[in-house]
Amino acid sequence: MPTEILMPALSPTMEEGKLAKWHVKVGDKISSGDVIAEIETDKATMEVEAVDEGVVSSLLVEEGTEGVKVNAPIAILQGEDEPKAKSNGGTTAPAPKPAAKTSAPPQMSAPQTATVREPTVAAGTPMVTITVREALREAMAEEMRRDPAVFLMGEEVGQYQGAYKISQGLLDEFGPKRVIDTPITEHGFAGLGVGAAFGGLRPIVEFMTWNFAMQAIDQIINSAGKTLYMSGGQMGCPIVFRGPNGAAARVAAQHSQNYASWYAHVPGLKVVAPYFAADAKGLLKAAIRDPNPVIFLENEIVYGRSFEVPKVDDLIVPIGKARVVQEGTDVTLVSYSVTMALVLQAAEALAKEGISAEVIDLRSLRPLDTATVVASVKKTNRIVTVEEGWPICGIASEIATQVIEQAFDYLDAPPARVTGKDVPMPYAANLEKLALPNVDEVIAAAKAVLYRS
Amino acid sequence: MAKAEAASRASSPAKTKSNKDELVRYYRDMLLIRRFEEKAGQLYGMGLIGGFCHLYIGQEAVVVGMQAAIGEGDQVITAYRDHGHMLACGMDPAGVMAELTGRSGGLSRGKGGSMHMFSREKNFFGGHGIVGAQVPLGTGLAFSNKYRGNDRVCLTYFGDGAANQGQVYESFNMAELWKLPVIYIIENNQYAMGTSVQRSSAETHLHKRGASFNIPGEQVDGMDVLAVKTAGDKAVKWCRDGNGPIILEMKTYRYRGHSMSDPAKYRTREEVDHVRETSDPIDHVRKLLLDAKFASEEELKEIDKDIRSVVNHAAEFAQTSPEPDPSELWTDIIH
Repeated sequence: MPTEILMPALSPTMEEGKLAKWHVKVGDKISSGDVIAEIETDKATMEVEAVDEGVVSSLLVEEGTEGVKVNAPIAILQGEDEPKAKSNGGTTAPAPKPAAKTSAPPQMSAPQTATVREPTVAAGTPMVTITVREALREAMAEEMRRDPAVFLMGEEVGQYQGAYKISQGLLDEFGPKRVIDTPITEHGFAGLGVGAAFGGLRPIVEFMTWNFAMQAIDQIINSAGKTLYMSGGQMGCPIVFRGPNGAAARVAAQHSQNYASWYAHVPGLKVVAPYFAADAKGLLKAAIRDPNPVIFLENEIVYGRSFEVPKVDDLIVPIGKARVVQEGTDVTLVSYSVTMALVLQAAEALAKEGISAEVIDLRSLRPLDTATVVASVKKTNRIVTVEEGWPICGIASEIATQVIEQAFDYLDAPPARVTGKDVPMPYAANLEKLALPNVDEVIAAAKAVLYRS
Repeated sequence: MAKAEAASRASSPAKTKSNKDELVRYYRDMLLIRRFEEKAGQLYGMGLIGGFCHLYIGQEAVVVGMQAAIGEGDQVITAYRDHGHMLACGMDPAGVMAELTGRSGGLSRGKGGSMHMFSREKNFFGGHGIVGAQVPLGTGLAFSNKYRGNDRVCLTYFGDGAANQGQVYESFNMAELWKLPVIYIIENNQYAMGTSVQRSSAETHLHKRGASFNIPGEQVDGMDVLAVKTAGDKAVKWCRDGNGPIILEMKTYRYRGHSMSDPAKYRTREEVDHVRETSDPIDHVRKLLLDAKFASEEELKEIDKDIRSVVNHAAEFAQTSPEPDPSELWTDIIH
């Protein structure tokens, strides 16, 4: 009985990849565990091992093919004449299938290339399309070239080239003195980084994800965030803590938390959470030069998305400034990070129904640019805040409070929130989808504040 | 009596040949800490110092001996029992005392308090209130020395209580892995708040705690400033020669409670008195000075008088310096 070999996913967020090399040819007999192919994504290279036994009867995808979708058949395996239906006797588990069958990514697909441009850049500036991943890498490389006190430290940032390939190539350029692989010891290396900053260096500390930084949160808040104040202004702590924040896909409760409001709560820290590549680059460069501790919240799902970035020598985006991504008159939609994609899609859908939405990307969460939000609400009189984090004490809660405090008389409807649901992130695909905010919820909330159905 | 090895001195202090000036300096420096802390305790009792106040009385030989072993540009970091370290680093006693009283003349302008003071000028990096948190920080300071390629070392102090914190071992691992010039000084005063080392630690010989990281450790009589200095000299050389970290376990004793509000039910008065009578670090140097005829009773009295005047001036300043201006509430949050 022929068995299809499917394109496997290397990570929960991988959607497609390159079939780099076949290690088998038609007619080869293979057994489970044999390396049959190599596949590549922009993040990683991995060998594909056979899980079934049989003879390769055809290769469906030529080596070197890019953009092979996850779960697409790549080869066909002809079983032995008689399938070996031997009884397992309860000791050997059947080999798992190569990849999950379903699990379409719960995120709505995002616009791959944004049409919006950074308004601070002069008209006519040439643009180049790069991924958020490349933008972050360029930011670090440029700042490391500029200042020898800047170094990168974290798990797998060096030889492995970055768990999410943000630091790819940096070890080659800057060497092991400045691109430092740490043991798995978040509390320790976060504190060590703070000490190095006290000692006059400018560390970039990468957390493989912010979920792991809970081990280090004492050093981030108590040592990095409070020392300037406690020292009467003597002891600054110029450090960037960065890494992916929030839900990736199908990684469940302990790997899916959004820490935006946790860190935005703390005086002494700056917190940024960009969506677009230009902001990722410009804000990271600003963060590295900032004399304060900066919490830089990235998003794994966004890493591979491409956007236009102005081709300028030194792109700096100031921390603490929101951006009106799209002007509108009827309702203000506010968001940050990955949920900007939902907001932009919702705005497009609303436009088709004659509703003009003003879209604001907060970009920075501390300081929070409430002036831009309040000015917009004074114009539209209605606001919906969208974020992936939990609703209780969230960024959306703060936005709502600020708007009520500063623009109460301008509001024609109570501020509305679209957030992640107030539950630990479930694993099951359908439940995860329910737990995350979606475009329909944003559209519904916008219509609700407009009293339209 | 659950005596916690209280009075037992660590094994044979290697006697350093010390000259008169050196011994007199140790005497002065230790006495300054002792009198300063006694005064702080007094001001606390008068309600002039708030919050927590952890006194260093009994442990003076540790910081004074270690400070004598380091040089210009070497760094010091410790936890919250930090007044002695600051005075040993040469920070202004009046500024320290005014910080204890929460005044604008304090070293953190009244915003840090007893546990949180710093001096860039004197390379003192705090003053940290979370048990063990200063250990990765000190390791990071050592990292910055190595990164810059200078030969400076960082003295990273912590107590027997902190020696059970996980981040200490995370730091040990990286320090040895990267051969960072850090001297981990465990001030084993034998009680983590009210819990003796025997009741908290599976391995009570804390200098052995680096063994699984290949970090050498040595137990030192922390009541003998000369033994401390000798061990400090060796450890500093070890670090400057590029050998990585080293651990010095200072067997010492605090005479006062963990903080001012300590009921001291976990040890007997006799235990404390016994240490004071047999092992006091200041009496020890005083005797050396007198026996060697390096100083007369009169000369020592003169030093006592000087010290009292410094401390009285500090206390005076700490009470007359104004409270911080209300506008200070909003400064120094971010640069």
